Amino acid sequence: MQPTKEQLLWMYENMVVSRRFEEAVEKAYLEGKAPAFNMANGPIPGEMHLSNGQEPVAVGVCAHLDANDIVTATHRPHHQAIAKGVDLKKMAAEIFGKSTGLSGGRGGHMHLIDPAVNFSCSGIIGESCGPACGAALSRKMQNKPGVAVAFLGEGAANQGAFHEALNLAGAWDLPVVFVIEDNSWGISVPKSEATAVARNDVRAAGYDMPGHYIPGNDPYAIFDIAGEAIARARDGKGPTLIEVETYRLAGHFMGDAEQYRPEGEKDALFAKDPIPKMRERLLADGHAAKDLDELETRAEARVTEAITFARDSAYAPDTDALTAVFV
Amino acid sequence: MLDQPTNERRLTIARAMAEAMQQEMQRDPSVFVMGEDIAGFGGIFGNTRGLFEEFGKERVRDTPISETGFISAAVGAAMDGMRPVVELMFVDFFGVCFDAIYNQMAKNTYFAGANASVPMVLMTSTGGGYSDAGQHSQCLYGTFAHLPGMKVVSPSNAYDAKGLMTAAIRDDNPVVYMYHKGLQGMGWLGTEAGATVNTPEEEYTVEIGKAKVVRKGTDVTLVGLAMGVHNALKAADKLAEDGISAEVVDLVSLVPLDRETVINSVAKTGRLIVVDEDYHSYGVSGEIIASVTEHDISKLKASPARVTFPDVPIPYARNMEQFCLPNPDKIIDAYRKM
Repeated sequence: MQPTKEQLLWMYENMVVSRRFEEAVEKAYLEGKAPAFNMANGPIPGEMHLSNGQEPVAVGVCAHLDANDIVTATHRPHHQAIAKGVDLKKMAAEIFGKSTGLSGGRGGHMHLIDPAVNFSCSGIIGESCGPACGAALSRKMQNKPGVAVAFLGEGAANQGAFHEALNLAGAWDLPVVFVIEDNSWGISVPKSEATAVARNDVRAAGYDMPGHYIPGNDPYAIFDIAGEAIARARDGKGPTLIEVETYRLAGHFMGDAEQYRPEGEKDALFAKDPIPKMRERLLADGHAAKDLDELETRAEARVTEAITFARDSAYAPDTDALTAVFV
Repeated sequence: MLDQPTNERRLTIARAMAEAMQQEMQRDPSVFVMGEDIAGFGGIFGNTRGLFEEFGKERVRDTPISETGFISAAVGAAMDGMRPVVELMFVDFFGVCFDAIYNQMAKNTYFAGANASVPMVLMTSTGGGYSDAGQHSQCLYGTFAHLPGMKVVSPSNAYDAKGLMTAAIRDDNPVVYMYHKGLQGMGWLGTEAGATVNTPEEEYTVEIGKAKVVRKGTDVTLVGLAMGVHNALKAADKLAEDGISAEVVDLVSLVPLDRETVINSVAKTGRLIVVDEDYHSYGVSGEIIASVTEHDISKLKASPARVTFPDVPIPYARNMEQFCLPNPDKIIDAYRKM
């Protein structure tokens, strides 16, 4: 499946928005955390898991989805949320803990839920899989259109929840696609030491669904394979498992010294940064540099607007902590 | 057991835990450690640092993110002659693996009529205060302590942390060892200075199931564990400025629960405030108050009070989380209202 020109530019723009967003979050996160790094301080406290480098997976998959489709995402959710169309201003405000955020500051960056575009995520590893099955089942039972996509990391493919959900999807022929972002690290533990198989696509066979492995963090290939899987789900032909080789250009969380990485690994990954690579390919394929420059400027402006909105927003009253437990 | 540390070797809880594991691993080849990021990384909260370098990957095992698998495996290994120390990185993650904990680890001894044992330690981090939100900040003391068959401890300082870990590893029963992130001595989480105390280099145990009176007083008993003890001690300092003498009891263990120490203290002071960072309802605070009142309600000069986390998920935004957390001022307010 080949992307149209519009789809290609949408993918590139969302990758750039995502990266600029993470850079802005990183900058704000580090405010108030020097000279001593204390997670509790600064305008963005707590843990922060940045998605730098993993953008191709989000855009290659979400290019085939609309707001009606469902995405369940991970503890590293920003690129997935952006590609799914989560309101950037509300998302930024949530990350800053403000009253204008998606949950009014209750959830934070690992708990972004936007019902307007059917997006949710969880900080618990592997917990995207079951809810995606349930959403897919719901659409089937209600005879409503829509597919569900569960994003997860390669480490999550060793959780019981992943295997149980895949079996459920296979047994019930659910319109769901499982997308594993294989960045090869579960915090400090390499995939090769934690996973019995080299590639998780082979596990699809155990659940009677097609499995695909996509090397190279390549947005074009991801678009192609994900497109076929999503079309298959829409046609009522059941679930698919896809594993994508991607790169975590940041630490597991902000403050991670990454001493577990082999020497030179980070440099090698930065040399394969998917965003400049895609720009080069777009230029080689005849897209005008001026058009891409404009797109990048627009992306930057969107991020600036969102971050400004977040910073300018007020914190919720303290007592808001006690509300919204029930509707 | 050494009650009075005699040297000047101040350790963080993280280092104290690691040292206890190191000494027990040197002493007993059946002790091994497993969990996520506990080998080369040294534990996300620093509590296994140095073990991998000394003992290697056979005895210090990084696991897949498969808590059901490796905690169940610890149960099986413990029943077959090993003494595993296994880490659940955040207590919040118990949801993915609780069957291994409360249906297997906690019950197999009983199902065997005590003819088999499960000598393992499940260590897990607790607590918030640094805006890690609703899936990484809980305490869940009451959840674990409620279910029979596992001992539950939570140190408030490095001396107890080391002695409790040594005792937990040597115990023939499963012990849930809950360490509070804010006491751990990891700068990146902030840390409570009072948790870093003199800690002997030689091995020793702190008795599981024995509370400690960590400050003597006559007017009110403040009961807490882990971070709650430090909040209580700070409140006691402030109350003392107004001539009010608060006694502080560090529970140290939740199972077995040393009701006697609490009851004896309240018999003396006549007033009871329980400080608990866990959720308000159905938890440790209710249990302590019930234990005192059902023993002899006539000893109480005022209704007991509790300073706890309200019954809501832990909010992310700093102002909302701090609003919910127990603190010394809330303890003082509770006393004033008595």
